[in-house]
Amino acid sequence: MNLSLRRSSVPRANSANSANMRQLKRDLTGFAFISPWLLGFAMLSLFPMIQSLWLSFTQYDLLTEPVWVGLRNFKEMMADPRLLKSLTVTLRYAVVAVPLRLTAALLIAMVLAQKIKGVGIYRVLLYIPSLVGSSVAVAIMWRQLFSLDGLLNRALSLIGITGVDWIGHPDYALKTLSGLAAWQFGSSMVIFLAGLKQVPGELYEASAVDGANRLQQFWRITLPMISPVIFFNLIMQTINAFQVFTQGFLITRGGPMDETRFYALYLYEKAFQSFQMGYASAMAWVLLVLIAVTTAILFKVTGRLVHYETDIKGR
Amino acid sequence: MMARLARFPWLTHLLLISLTVLMIYPLLWLVSSSLKPNTEIFSTVSLIPSKLQLDNYVKGWNAMPRMPFSLFLRNSLFVSSMAVLGNLFSCTLVAYGFTRINFRFKGPLMALLLATMMLPHQAVLVPQYIVFKNLDWVNTFKPLVVPPFLGSAFFIFLMMQFMRGLPKELDESAEIDGCNRCQTYYRIILPLCKPAMATVAIFAFLWSWEAFLDPVVYLGSPKLFTVPLGLRLFLDNTAAVSWGGLFAMSAVSLVPNLILFLTGQRYFVEGITTSGLKG
Repeated sequence: MNLSLRRSSVPRANSANSANMRQLKRDLTGFAFISPWLLGFAMLSLFPMIQSLWLSFTQYDLLTEPVWVGLRNFKEMMADPRLLKSLTVTLRYAVVAVPLRLTAALLIAMVLAQKIKGVGIYRVLLYIPSLVGSSVAVAIMWRQLFSLDGLLNRALSLIGITGVDWIGHPDYALKTLSGLAAWQFGSSMVIFLAGLKQVPGELYEASAVDGANRLQQFWRITLPMISPVIFFNLIMQTINAFQVFTQGFLITRGGPMDETRFYALYLYEKAFQSFQMGYASAMAWVLLVLIAVTTAILFKVTGRLVHYETDIKGR
Repeated sequence: MMARLARFPWLTHLLLISLTVLMIYPLLWLVSSSLKPNTEIFSTVSLIPSKLQLDNYVKGWNAMPRMPFSLFLRNSLFVSSMAVLGNLFSCTLVAYGFTRINFRFKGPLMALLLATMMLPHQAVLVPQYIVFKNLDWVNTFKPLVVPPFLGSAFFIFLMMQFMRGLPKELDESAEIDGCNRCQTYYRIILPLCKPAMATVAIFAFLWSWEAFLDPVVYLGSPKLFTVPLGLRLFLDNTAAVSWGGLFAMSAVSLVPNLILFLTGQRYFVEGITTSGLKG
């Protein structure tokens, strides 16, 4: 419209100075636009990370000044049976819950990916547990359902089975919570379903002509084609599993016998109930390193199995 | 297995229906228990109450002296609305900057942004608490409502993915028409981003609505409690609150989730598949 008026904004060739000015202006505008995140990153991530690294070498109770204690927190951690227990409990949870959830999600996504009627309704209903799964309301529900005289045991007694104390017995509590994690397979299922739809139908047709059976098609076509999606899910879900908190806090309250005192829960207790901020900071850094190492191992071990199309359709 | 299933569609449906019922049953039981007389809740596994009564809702709502459930709902509504506003404001701005402007250090900064997506919250919990304590923000809503205005890596990433799909020619023609960057952002890009903004709004609301760890850490006085903390208060006072009342309020707390899900379904699918947001 105002083309004639805007001639001044047309870049003048051969003018290095004006090009520099333009770049500077772009830099300033760019930084202005991302400034909320920059500020947040500096104040809520970077500075806290540095501070917690320093605090992890101190003793600090929030009231008096932090006192430098060197490596004492880390040494104490290695001798703290409850910490070691919380670490094994969290690992055991991750090792069971993540594969369970992903396998359920993949199996059901594959059934739904077939041309059947009412896929939309199944997808909606099967997603609902994921939708509400992390709420306190659902934690309350589980506490009741799985208690010794809860709904599950009542239902079992109807068919003549004597139930166990699902959340009160040290042998079952962690298994119960891991099972509950699998109940929320919905969001992984939605991702897998989208991934399965991207697999070109010709691959199946061509392989069928060549005489491949369904099982071979699954191993040789489906799995490799959606392996990037599975891989991404595996990483994110594992990172999440390391941070499990609410279930242990509300359903089992860390018990019985510390069987569900997850790492994050123990960290919370150390920081906000015993006010050992130094010790909690050390724990946080160990968690961070642990997650980084686990992610690196997952990349190394499963990364080779991931098949990337050279022509990835960008969304 | 699949081959056999494909030949018998009714078998697939039977399988899916039983699975769905199994998955949804606990939630239906929660709702139906909230409508049952208290004596009936644990004596039967049936979903149908012998007589429908809203008693539990009335009792649950007023179970805590001077703290009706509406107080928790109001607090949660405030915190979650601010989380929506804050994230919409900051994430669209930041995503526009990252996708549309070629400024120096953009690459490394974007890598940093993606790295923070993997940063566990617990790693910064203690020092963040110290930051907010020094600001004298503990026991106020500020630690919950200010950070959204500084953006969240997940939502920024989601907005960026969406903005990348918008043609660059839009910006160029806007510039020719005399728009500066702010105008281009506000008048051209933002209106086109409505679907992505809806996705961000829905997830920001839900995550904040269900958030538990941060409210537990920062909200000390019961007057500030959000719905999850209110429910926990009930859970710790089962002497004062009957199971029926507890279930009734639990059901109330899930209503926003269901409404958002049923009205904004396609945004859910969009959000989950583009950035792997956990539901």
